[in-house]
Amino acid sequence: MDLVPAIARWVHFLAGVMWVGLLYYFNFVQIPALKAAAADGTAAGITKHVAPRALLYFRWSSIVTWLAGAAILGGNFVGAFTLQKGLAGIGVGAWLGTIMLINVWALIWPNQQKILGLKPATDEEKNKARRVALLTSRANMMLSIPMLFFMAGGWSHRALFGL
Amino acid sequence: MKNPLDSLWGTVVCGLIVTAVLYLAVKNFLM
Repeated sequence: MDLVPAIARWVHFLAGVMWVGLLYYFNFVQIPALKAAAADGTAAGITKHVAPRALLYFRWSSIVTWLAGAAILGGNFVGAFTLQKGLAGIGVGAWLGTIMLINVWALIWPNQQKILGLKPATDEEKNKARRVALLTSRANMMLSIPMLFFMAGGWSHRALFGL
Repeated sequence: MKNPLDSLWGTVVCGLIVTAVLYLAVKNFLM
């Protein structure tokens, strides 16, 4: 049925914009803002009211993006992930997106729970969690650049690949 | 050596480098 990939693509874009948009918000806006806010004692407003909401939409939009992406691939799912001819470009994008999804749920969210006080942690554990969460968020931002290059690889990319 | 991911723009530059490396790999070995 042609409707499924069409709707899946739309949902993939909607959720993907939210996911990567919030990722860029964290890296370009919130992290530098927290540094400035900590200096004048106003960081609590961000960590208490903004960060938990942003993280909620961030982590669930990552799941929706991945599932909708899998639905678009449909019967090409295995071919893309095994980088078969003709599917290697989107396959690399799919792998990068999958690594980013795992980073969100296995590293960013568990460590953010400690940082925001949603999970009990000592000061030492919180400091370690801050470092892991920052580097994972930065790694995801780095991976998002090639991920979007390969994800957006449609007709416009044919010249780039000499096709 | 400083971790480039500690800097916002270092992260962006790393992303561009990874893009170039993956592009060349896909173009030359997988297409």
